[in-house]
Amino acid sequence: MTSTKHPTGRIRRINTSLLLSYLVISIVIVIILYPIMWTIGASFNPGNSLISTSMIPSKATLEHYQALFQNEGSLQYLKWFKNSIFVSVSTMVLSTLSVTFTAYAFSRFRFTGRKNGLMMFMLLQMIPQFSALIAIFVLGQMLGLINNHLFLVFIYVGGQIPMNTYLMKGYFDTIPLSLDESAKIDGASPTRILLNILIPLAKPMLSVVAINGFTGPLGDFALSSVVLRNVESYTLPLGLYQLVTNPMTASYTKFAAGSILISVPVVIIFLLFQDNFVSGLTAGGTKG
Amino acid sequence: MKDKQAPISAVLSLIPGLGQLFNRQYIKGFVIFSLFTAFMLVFSDFFQAGMWGFVTLGTEVPRDNSIFLLSEGLVALIIISIGLVFYSLNIRDAYVNGQRLSQGKQVNSIRGTYHAILNEGYPYLLTGPAFFVLLFSVVFPILFTISLAFTNYDLYHSAPANLADWVGLETFKKIFSVDIWRNTFVNVLGWTVVWTLVASTLQVSVGILLAIIVNQKKLKAKKFIRTIFMLPWAVPGFVTILIFGGLFNDSFGAINNQILASVGIGPISWMTDPNWTRIALLLIQTWLGFPYIFLVTTGTLQSIPDELYEASVMDGASAWQKFKQITLPIILYSMTPIIITQYTFNFNNFNIIYLFNGGGPAVLGSNAGGTDILVSWIYKLTMQNSQYALAAALTILLSVFVIFIALWQFRRSNSFKEVQ
Repeated sequence: MTSTKHPTGRIRRINTSLLLSYLVISIVIVIILYPIMWTIGASFNPGNSLISTSMIPSKATLEHYQALFQNEGSLQYLKWFKNSIFVSVSTMVLSTLSVTFTAYAFSRFRFTGRKNGLMMFMLLQMIPQFSALIAIFVLGQMLGLINNHLFLVFIYVGGQIPMNTYLMKGYFDTIPLSLDESAKIDGASPTRILLNILIPLAKPMLSVVAINGFTGPLGDFALSSVVLRNVESYTLPLGLYQLVTNPMTASYTKFAAGSILISVPVVIIFLLFQDNFVSGLTAGGTKG
Repeated sequence: MKDKQAPISAVLSLIPGLGQLFNRQYIKGFVIFSLFTAFMLVFSDFFQAGMWGFVTLGTEVPRDNSIFLLSEGLVALIIISIGLVFYSLNIRDAYVNGQRLSQGKQVNSIRGTYHAILNEGYPYLLTGPAFFVLLFSVVFPILFTISLAFTNYDLYHSAPANLADWVGLETFKKIFSVDIWRNTFVNVLGWTVVWTLVASTLQVSVGILLAIIVNQKKLKAKKFIRTIFMLPWAVPGFVTILIFGGLFNDSFGAINNQILASVGIGPISWMTDPNWTRIALLLIQTWLGFPYIFLVTTGTLQSIPDELYEASVMDGASAWQKFKQITLPIILYSMTPIIITQYTFNFNNFNIIYLFNGGGPAVLGSNAGGTDILVSWIYKLTMQNSQYALAAALTILLSVFVIFIALWQFRRSNSFKEVQ
């Protein structure tokens, strides 16, 4: 141990650097928690404006939470919530399914057109889906699919496929082929190999693909604002945005209550599965 | 005769199915012939109308709608190219089976064909649905956008009163020759680049720095700290951005009224001065973006073997040297792909720009807001100004830029070699 040579000096230096670390961490924690606490406080404040808002309201009220469930006028929180869940869950299920199948084909089979297919996926994942915005706008009107949630899901799934297929294929590639082959000798069909061998082993990456499929639509504003025009068919981003920008009915406090209600379940899910996500993200990202 | 079997059957199958008949695959030939005939019968009217519409974009108002005609034309083109793929497969099939016959081998019976399709078709069955979805949700919209850029489609050239026309490169020229468009484009592009570089670098360095601080051996309560640090990542981003929109509000926001007032600083015009809006945006993006980098770095740090550090301590390395020689290179090396995604993400980060302040505040002599990046500008041109052709042209410029950077990056990272 080198530190035995100058015991006091070493310890003091370590202590100051540790103290400094704790200081930095505390500041960051305050910066992280401040907006969150502020929102929680605002959601219990009476009235619609924020001028008199305080973090610990003197006259706390639940009126904003109640208003969210009453579905009056342009405040259709429950509908927005249902729409968001429907769009996100459908996108998650459909994109995870199609990504798993395509990645399996690209990883385990050598077929005509495979190389071209992979190149096409690589090109498509570079082009931001944003470039489809105008087309989606015009098409939605042309086909009468404005306000149609399935149309939106279809577009989201298409946007999810190229990039996630790449992640998934990369992960499948790391699973040894010998596992497939021994199963094949035992008479397993290709579908059985996928279901019984690859999918259980690829769980970390599956959860990344699934979470991408869920959070992508949940946070999307641009594409959904093009397709969904009717207050009743809004998803949460559109609804909450309207809640703070509509000059007639703007209410930051109701918005705060709505934000808390959507954030709490999402945060709980994230915290429960945090170890899964992190291992999957690290594995996917560092493979490139 | 026998050695000419392959070329003759290939030529014959220019009329689909004939080549197969010639190869004595009677049922297969008949099936292929009927399928192609049906295909042509069903679609021929559609193809003709589609091509006419695509070329002319309509001739008569209010009967014709240029944009409908354009998209029908594109659908016709896509279906024709799918048909051509199968057509060439049919010719190839006839040629291959002709070769088998001339080599004296057996060709597949109808039952054999059925089994061959089942076996070789499996990967196509797996990828087929995804390709179908991609074709109509991604490929078609991209083709549509590209086509639009070469028309003059905008508010004054739209149905039912007016038609749009092909104008070639006119729209692109306009971006670079009309003063106000050129200035706006240059300003927006400049801020897009600055925004991408500064915001991403900030969030990456803050994330890495905090991960290193929190991962010190002697630090207590790591699990608790990590959980708190995860919060900005876990809360849906649009919620946070809208919350910050309230916090930074010039008149009623808590940042001006409570935080800055308590230290004696007068109110700052966060939402009405472009430079302050930009600073607020950078701060918010750092808040939003660092946790992800923090989490991934933490994972990477934990995978660095202790022996590396022990060995360097033996050699008398200081804490700084350990960081510079071991920790940082490993982090940067293994996290390069993730770090790059941060840059591409911010380049297209529509949500924060639009939801925070609508890309505003407005600035004189510009058609875009003071904090608009390319994507939010394109969005506004489409949704608010009905400048569709211009938006499409800008989209193409943006995509070319993105693809160029991505290709350059892929060449460096050898990902192309991994396409095996």
